[in-house]
Amino acid sequence: MISLEDTEFSSQALDALREVGNIGMGNAASSLAQLMNVRIDMAVPTASLLPFEEIVEMIGGMEEVVACVYMKVLGDAPGTVLYIFDEESTYRILHSLLETCGVSSQMMTPLGESAIKEIGNVLTGSFISAIATLTGLSLITTVPLFSFDMLGAVLSTSLIESGYTEKDVLMIDTSFFQGRQEIKGHFFLFADPGSLNRLLGALGISV
Amino acid sequence: MEYKDITVGIAGYHVDRSPNRIVTLGLGSCVGICVYDQQTRIGGLLHIMLPDSSQFGEVKKPGKFADTGVPALVEEVAREGGRLSRLFAKLAGGAQMFSGNGDSSALNIGTRNVAAVRQALGRMGIRIAAEDVGGSQGRTIFFDLNTGQVIIRTMGNNYRVI
Repeated sequence: MISLEDTEFSSQALDALREVGNIGMGNAASSLAQLMNVRIDMAVPTASLLPFEEIVEMIGGMEEVVACVYMKVLGDAPGTVLYIFDEESTYRILHSLLETCGVSSQMMTPLGESAIKEIGNVLTGSFISAIATLTGLSLITTVPLFSFDMLGAVLSTSLIESGYTEKDVLMIDTSFFQGRQEIKGHFFLFADPGSLNRLLGALGISV
Repeated sequence: MEYKDITVGIAGYHVDRSPNRIVTLGLGSCVGICVYDQQTRIGGLLHIMLPDSSQFGEVKKPGKFADTGVPALVEEVAREGGRLSRLFAKLAGGAQMFSGNGDSSALNIGTRNVAAVRQALGRMGIRIAAEDVGGSQGRTIFFDLNTGQVIIRTMGNNYRVI
Protein backbone atom coordinates (compact mmCIF):
# COMPACT_ATOMS: atom_id res chain seq x y z
CA MET A 1 0.00 0.00 0.00
CA ILE A 2 1.38 3.33 -0.93
CA SER A 3 -0.16 6.11 1.03
CA LEU A 4 -1.21 9.26 -0.75
CA GLU A 5 0.42 11.46 1.85
CA ASP A 6 -0.46 15.08 1.23
CA THR A 7 -0.11 15.14 -2.50
CA GLU A 8 -2.42 13.98 -5.20
CA PHE A 9 -0.50 11.64 -7.38
CA SER A 10 -0.37 12.48 -11.03
CA SER A 11 -1.23 9.80 -13.53
CA GLN A 12 2.43 9.94 -14.51
CA ALA A 13 3.41 8.98 -10.99
CA LEU A 14 0.91 6.14 -10.90
CA ASP A 15 2.23 4.93 -14.28
CA ALA A 16 5.75 4.95 -12.88
CA LEU A 17 4.59 2.92 -9.87
CA ARG A 18 2.86 0.45 -12.18
CA GLU A 19 6.12 0.05 -14.08
CA VAL A 20 7.98 -0.44 -10.82
CA GLY A 21 5.43 -3.11 -10.01
CA ASN A 22 5.91 -4.74 -13.38
CA ILE A 23 9.67 -4.93 -13.01
CA GLY A 24 9.45 -6.08 -9.40
CA MET A 25 6.92 -8.79 -10.16
CA GLY A 26 8.87 -9.97 -13.22
CA ASN A 27 11.87 -10.49 -11.00
CA ALA A 28 9.70 -12.25 -8.41
CA ALA A 29 8.19 -14.55 -11.06
CA SER A 30 11.58 -15.71 -12.26
CA SER A 31 12.60 -16.41 -8.66
CA LEU A 32 9.47 -18.48 -8.21
CA ALA A 33 10.22 -20.38 -11.43
CA GLN A 34 13.71 -21.21 -10.21
CA LEU A 35 12.48 -22.28 -6.80
CA MET A 36 9.71 -24.49 -8.13
CA ASN A 37 11.78 -25.60 -11.09
CA VAL A 38 8.91 -25.05 -13.51
CA ARG A 39 8.09 -22.51 -16.18
CA ILE A 40 6.13 -19.59 -14.74
CA ASP A 41 4.28 -17.07 -16.86
CA MET A 42 3.01 -13.78 -15.56
CA ALA A 43 0.05 -11.61 -16.44
CA VAL A 44 0.72 -7.87 -16.65
CA PRO A 45 0.22 -6.55 -13.12
CA THR A 46 -2.29 -3.86 -12.34
CA ALA A 47 -1.55 -1.14 -9.83
CA SER A 48 -4.27 0.68 -7.97
CA LEU A 49 -4.54 3.05 -5.08
CA LEU A 50 -7.49 1.97 -2.97
CA PRO A 51 -9.09 2.29 0.44
CA PHE A 52 -8.97 -0.78 2.70
CA GLU A 53 -12.61 -1.85 2.20
CA GLU A 54 -12.30 -1.95 -1.58
CA ILE A 55 -9.13 -3.99 -1.43
CA VAL A 56 -10.88 -6.64 0.62
CA GLU A 57 -13.73 -6.77 -1.88
CA MET A 58 -11.35 -7.06 -4.84
CA ILE A 59 -9.48 -9.99 -3.38
CA GLY A 60 -12.51 -11.94 -2.31
CA GLY A 61 -14.32 -11.25 0.90
CA MET A 62 -13.66 -10.69 4.57
CA GLU A 63 -13.88 -14.39 5.40
CA GLU A 64 -11.96 -15.80 2.46
CA VAL A 65 -9.04 -17.93 3.63
CA VAL A 66 -5.62 -16.63 2.56
CA ALA A 67 -1.94 -17.15 3.28
CA CYS A 68 -0.16 -13.90 4.06
CA VAL A 69 3.52 -13.09 4.41
CA TYR A 70 4.33 -9.81 6.17
CA MET A 71 7.68 -8.03 6.04
CA LYS A 72 9.01 -4.66 7.05
CA VAL A 73 11.19 -2.75 4.61
CA LEU A 74 14.04 -0.77 6.13
CA GLY A 75 16.51 1.61 4.53
CA ASP A 76 16.02 4.66 2.29
CA ALA A 77 12.29 4.18 1.72
CA PRO A 78 10.88 2.36 4.75
CA GLY A 79 7.50 0.69 4.70
CA THR A 80 5.74 -2.65 4.84
CA VAL A 81 5.19 -5.30 2.18
CA LEU A 82 2.58 -8.02 2.15
CA TYR A 83 2.17 -10.97 -0.12
CA ILE A 84 -1.20 -12.71 -0.11
CA PHE A 85 -2.09 -15.99 -1.84
CA ASP A 86 -5.66 -17.22 -1.97
CA GLU A 87 -6.36 -20.62 -0.42
CA GLU A 88 -6.47 -22.59 -3.64
CA SER A 89 -3.21 -21.12 -4.93
CA THR A 90 -1.55 -21.80 -1.58
CA TYR A 91 -2.33 -25.50 -1.77
CA ARG A 92 -1.41 -25.55 -5.46
CA ILE A 93 2.06 -24.20 -4.68
CA LEU A 94 2.50 -26.56 -1.75
CA HIS A 95 1.41 -29.49 -3.81
CA SER A 96 3.89 -28.80 -6.58
CA LEU A 97 6.72 -28.04 -4.12
CA LEU A 98 6.16 -30.76 -1.56
CA GLU A 99 4.52 -33.53 -3.56
CA THR A 100 7.16 -36.00 -2.60
CA CYS A 101 6.93 -35.16 1.11
CA GLY A 102 3.34 -36.37 1.30
CA VAL A 103 2.06 -32.97 2.38
CA SER A 104 -1.68 -32.57 2.78
CA SER A 105 -3.38 -30.43 0.20
CA GLN A 106 -6.36 -29.67 2.43
CA MET A 107 -4.70 -28.64 5.65
CA MET A 108 -1.98 -26.19 6.62
CA THR A 109 0.83 -28.11 8.30
CA PRO A 110 3.97 -26.66 9.93
CA LEU A 111 5.96 -27.85 6.91
CA GLY A 112 3.49 -26.19 4.53
CA GLU A 113 3.57 -23.00 6.55
CA SER A 114 7.32 -22.92 6.48
CA ALA A 115 7.37 -23.52 2.71
CA ILE A 116 4.82 -20.80 1.96
CA LYS A 117 6.67 -18.38 4.20
CA GLU A 118 9.83 -19.05 2.26
CA ILE A 119 8.04 -18.54 -1.08
CA GLY A 120 6.64 -15.25 0.13
CA ASN A 121 10.08 -14.33 1.38
CA VAL A 122 11.67 -15.04 -1.99
CA LEU A 123 8.94 -13.21 -3.91
CA THR A 124 8.97 -10.08 -1.80
CA GLY A 125 12.77 -10.18 -1.52
CA SER A 126 13.20 -10.25 -5.28
CA PHE A 127 10.50 -7.62 -5.75
CA ILE A 128 12.23 -5.27 -3.31
CA SER A 129 15.70 -5.90 -4.72
CA ALA A 130 14.44 -5.11 -8.23
CA ILE A 131 13.10 -1.79 -6.96
CA ALA A 132 16.36 -1.12 -5.14
CA THR A 133 18.38 -1.76 -8.31
CA LEU A 134 16.04 0.36 -10.40
CA THR A 135 16.07 3.33 -8.06
CA GLY A 136 19.52 3.07 -6.56
CA LEU A 137 17.95 3.18 -3.09
CA SER A 138 19.09 0.93 -0.28
CA LEU A 139 16.18 -1.31 0.81
CA ILE A 140 16.37 -4.22 3.24
CA THR A 141 13.57 -6.60 4.21
CA THR A 142 13.17 -8.11 7.68
CA VAL A 143 12.41 -11.73 8.59
CA PRO A 144 8.87 -12.58 7.42
CA LEU A 145 5.86 -13.10 9.64
CA PHE A 146 3.09 -15.41 8.56
CA SER A 147 -0.64 -15.91 8.88
CA PHE A 148 -3.10 -18.35 7.34
CA ASP A 149 -6.59 -17.14 8.13
CA MET A 150 -9.52 -14.93 7.09
CA LEU A 151 -8.60 -12.14 4.67
CA GLY A 152 -10.36 -9.41 6.64
CA ALA A 153 -8.59 -10.38 9.85
CA VAL A 154 -5.18 -10.67 8.22
CA LEU A 155 -5.34 -7.51 6.12
CA SER A 156 -6.85 -5.27 8.79
CA THR A 157 -4.28 -6.43 11.33
CA SER A 158 -1.40 -5.74 8.89
CA LEU A 159 -2.66 -2.25 8.14
CA ILE A 160 -3.27 -1.41 11.78
CA GLU A 161 0.10 -2.72 12.91
CA SER A 162 1.85 -0.71 10.20
CA GLY A 163 -0.09 2.41 11.09
CA TYR A 164 -2.03 2.71 7.82
CA THR A 165 -5.61 3.25 8.77
CA GLU A 166 -6.45 6.56 7.14
CA LYS A 167 -5.00 6.45 3.70
CA ASP A 168 -5.36 4.64 0.43
CA VAL A 169 -3.12 1.67 -0.20
CA LEU A 170 -1.22 0.73 -3.33
CA MET A 171 -2.12 -2.74 -4.47
CA ILE A 172 -0.15 -4.43 -7.21
CA ASP A 173 -2.24 -7.32 -8.36
CA THR A 174 -0.57 -10.23 -10.09
CA SER A 175 -1.33 -13.61 -11.48
CA PHE A 176 1.29 -16.22 -12.15
CA PHE A 177 0.57 -19.19 -14.34
CA GLN A 178 2.15 -22.57 -14.14
CA GLY A 179 1.00 -24.32 -17.29
CA ARG A 180 -2.71 -23.70 -17.32
CA GLN A 181 -2.97 -23.42 -13.56
CA GLU A 182 -3.27 -19.97 -12.17
CA ILE A 183 -1.49 -18.93 -9.01
CA LYS A 184 -3.17 -15.82 -7.73
CA GLY A 185 -1.11 -13.46 -5.67
CA HIS A 186 -1.66 -9.96 -4.39
CA PHE A 187 1.26 -7.80 -3.50
CA PHE A 188 0.91 -4.74 -1.29
CA LEU A 189 3.37 -2.01 -0.55
CA PHE A 190 2.62 0.39 2.29
CA ALA A 191 5.08 3.24 2.18
CA ASP A 192 5.92 5.25 5.29
CA PRO A 193 5.50 9.04 4.99
CA GLY A 194 8.06 10.40 2.53
CA SER A 195 9.04 6.98 1.15
CA LEU A 196 6.82 7.13 -1.89
CA ASN A 197 8.13 10.55 -2.86
CA ARG A 198 11.69 9.30 -2.38
CA LEU A 199 10.90 6.32 -4.61
CA LEU A 200 9.40 8.50 -7.32
CA GLY A 201 12.16 11.07 -6.90
CA ALA A 202 14.76 8.36 -7.49
CA LEU A 203 12.99 7.60 -10.77
CA GLY A 204 13.19 11.25 -11.75
CA ILE A 205 9.56 12.06 -11.20
CA SER A 206 8.79 15.10 -9.16
CA VAL A 207 5.65 15.06 -7.08
CA MET B 1 -38.71 -15.95 14.02
CA GLU B 2 -38.10 -13.78 10.99
CA TYR B 3 -34.87 -11.85 11.55
CA LYS B 4 -32.48 -9.69 9.58
CA ASP B 5 -28.68 -9.77 9.71
CA ILE B 6 -27.18 -6.29 9.80
CA THR B 7 -23.45 -6.11 9.05
CA VAL B 8 -21.15 -3.67 10.81
CA GLY B 9 -17.92 -2.74 9.01
CA ILE B 10 -14.53 -1.96 10.49
CA ALA B 11 -14.65 1.11 12.78
CA GLY B 12 -18.46 1.04 12.65
CA TYR B 13 -21.25 0.33 15.11
CA HIS B 14 -24.96 -0.43 14.95
CA VAL B 15 -27.80 -0.68 17.45
CA ASP B 16 -30.89 -2.81 16.86
CA ARG B 17 -33.50 -4.91 18.64
CA SER B 18 -34.82 -8.48 18.76
CA PRO B 19 -35.21 -10.56 16.63
CA ASN B 20 -32.45 -9.11 14.44
CA ARG B 21 -28.81 -10.10 14.51
CA ILE B 22 -25.81 -7.81 14.15
CA VAL B 23 -22.82 -9.29 12.36
CA THR B 24 -19.20 -8.30 11.91
CA LEU B 25 -16.78 -10.22 9.69
CA GLY B 26 -13.12 -11.10 9.98
CA LEU B 27 -12.02 -9.64 13.32
CA GLY B 28 -8.26 -10.02 13.64
CA SER B 29 -6.53 -7.75 16.13
CA CYS B 30 -9.74 -5.70 16.12
CA VAL B 31 -12.27 -6.24 18.91
CA GLY B 32 -16.03 -6.67 18.58
CA ILE B 33 -17.96 -5.30 21.55
CA CYS B 34 -21.58 -6.41 22.06
CA VAL B 35 -23.68 -4.49 24.58
CA TYR B 36 -27.11 -5.82 25.57
CA ASP B 37 -30.19 -4.97 27.63
CA GLN B 38 -31.87 -8.32 28.31
CA GLN B 39 -35.20 -6.79 29.32
CA THR B 40 -35.87 -4.67 26.23
CA ARG B 41 -33.72 -6.93 24.01
CA ILE B 42 -31.98 -3.91 22.60
CA GLY B 43 -28.29 -4.18 21.87
CA GLY B 44 -25.43 -2.84 19.83
CA LEU B 45 -22.22 -4.06 18.27
CA LEU B 46 -19.04 -2.00 17.80
CA HIS B 47 -15.94 -2.99 15.78
CA ILE B 48 -12.86 -1.09 17.04
CA MET B 49 -9.40 -1.07 15.44
CA LEU B 50 -7.19 0.79 17.89
CA PRO B 51 -7.02 1.31 21.66
CA ASP B 52 -6.55 5.02 22.04
CA SER B 53 -7.67 8.09 20.07
CA SER B 54 -5.51 10.58 21.97
CA GLN B 55 -2.46 10.22 19.74
CA PHE B 56 -4.52 11.09 16.67
CA GLY B 57 -5.75 14.53 15.74
CA GLU B 58 -9.31 14.84 14.65
CA VAL B 59 -11.43 11.71 15.26
CA LYS B 60 -13.68 11.33 12.24
CA LYS B 61 -14.97 7.89 13.16
CA PRO B 62 -15.39 7.41 16.91
CA GLY B 63 -15.97 3.69 16.29
CA LYS B 64 -12.35 3.28 15.32
CA PHE B 65 -11.01 3.58 18.87
CA ALA B 66 -11.88 1.81 22.10
CA ASP B 67 -11.88 5.01 24.18
CA THR B 68 -14.29 6.89 21.88
CA GLY B 69 -16.22 3.95 20.42
CA VAL B 70 -17.48 2.36 23.65
CA PRO B 71 -19.18 5.57 24.93
CA ALA B 72 -20.64 6.22 21.45
CA LEU B 73 -22.08 2.71 21.33
CA VAL B 74 -23.50 2.85 24.85
CA GLU B 75 -25.12 6.26 24.24
CA GLU B 76 -26.76 4.97 21.09
CA VAL B 77 -28.11 1.90 22.94
CA ALA B 78 -29.52 4.21 25.61
CA ARG B 79 -31.10 6.47 22.98
CA GLU B 80 -32.84 3.47 21.45
CA GLY B 81 -34.33 2.53 24.81
CA GLY B 82 -31.75 0.31 26.51
CA ARG B 83 -31.16 1.11 30.18
CA LEU B 84 -27.57 1.72 31.25
CA SER B 85 -27.96 -0.03 34.62
CA ARG B 86 -29.09 -3.23 32.93
CA LEU B 87 -26.41 -3.40 30.24
CA PHE B 88 -23.79 -6.09 30.05
CA ALA B 89 -21.08 -6.63 27.46
CA LYS B 90 -19.56 -9.54 25.56
CA LEU B 91 -16.22 -9.25 23.74
CA ALA B 92 -14.58 -11.17 20.92
CA GLY B 93 -11.39 -10.61 18.90
CA GLY B 94 -8.02 -9.14 19.79
CA ALA B 95 -6.08 -12.00 18.20
CA GLN B 96 -2.40 -12.05 17.34
CA MET B 97 -2.69 -12.95 13.67
CA PHE B 98 0.97 -13.17 12.70
CA SER B 99 3.67 -15.49 13.89
CA GLY B 100 7.27 -16.12 12.99
CA ASN B 101 10.83 -15.72 14.10
CA GLY B 102 9.90 -16.89 17.62
CA ASP B 103 9.15 -13.29 18.48
CA SER B 104 5.99 -13.33 20.55
CA SER B 105 5.93 -9.57 20.91
CA ALA B 106 5.61 -9.06 17.16
CA LEU B 107 2.43 -7.42 15.92
CA ASN B 108 0.44 -7.64 19.09
CA ILE B 109 -1.96 -4.76 19.08
CA GLY B 110 -4.84 -7.16 19.81
CA THR B 111 -3.88 -7.44 23.48
CA ARG B 112 -3.77 -3.65 23.82
CA ASN B 113 -7.16 -3.34 22.13
CA VAL B 114 -8.75 -5.80 24.57
CA ALA B 115 -7.24 -4.01 27.59
CA ALA B 116 -8.50 -0.63 26.35
CA VAL B 117 -12.01 -1.99 25.76
CA ARG B 118 -12.14 -3.45 29.29
CA GLN B 119 -11.06 -0.10 30.68
CA ALA B 120 -13.60 1.87 28.66
CA LEU B 121 -16.43 -0.45 29.77
CA GLY B 122 -15.22 -0.25 33.36
CA ARG B 123 -15.35 3.55 33.27
CA MET B 124 -19.01 3.33 32.27
CA GLY B 125 -19.75 0.67 34.90
CA ILE B 126 -20.65 -2.00 32.37
CA ARG B 127 -20.02 -5.57 33.42
CA ILE B 128 -18.34 -8.02 31.01
CA ALA B 129 -20.51 -11.14 30.99
CA ALA B 130 -18.37 -13.22 28.64
CA GLU B 131 -15.44 -12.95 26.28
CA ASP B 132 -13.56 -14.90 23.65
CA VAL B 133 -10.38 -12.91 23.08
CA GLY B 134 -6.73 -13.38 22.15
CA GLY B 135 -5.42 -16.51 20.49
CA SER B 136 -4.20 -16.51 16.90
CA GLN B 137 -7.38 -16.91 14.87
CA GLY B 138 -9.63 -14.46 13.07
CA ARG B 139 -13.28 -14.37 14.14
CA THR B 140 -16.64 -13.55 12.61
CA ILE B 141 -19.35 -12.79 15.17
CA PHE B 142 -23.14 -12.90 15.12
CA PHE B 143 -24.87 -11.04 17.95
CA ASP B 144 -28.36 -12.50 18.43
CA LEU B 145 -30.57 -9.79 19.90
CA ASN B 146 -33.30 -12.29 20.72
CA THR B 147 -31.16 -14.20 23.21
CA GLY B 148 -28.15 -11.96 23.86
CA GLN B 149 -25.90 -14.77 22.70
CA VAL B 150 -22.82 -14.13 20.60
CA ILE B 151 -21.99 -16.81 18.06
CA ILE B 152 -18.34 -16.88 17.01
CA ARG B 153 -17.19 -18.46 13.77
CA THR B 154 -13.54 -19.20 13.02
CA MET B 155 -11.79 -20.59 9.94
CA GLY B 156 -13.09 -23.98 8.78
CA ASN B 157 -16.64 -23.28 10.00
CA ASN B 158 -15.96 -23.86 13.67
CA TYR B 159 -18.52 -22.31 16.01
CA ARG B 160 -18.55 -21.25 19.64
CA VAL B 161 -21.28 -19.49 21.60
CA ILE B 162 -20.72 -17.07 24.47
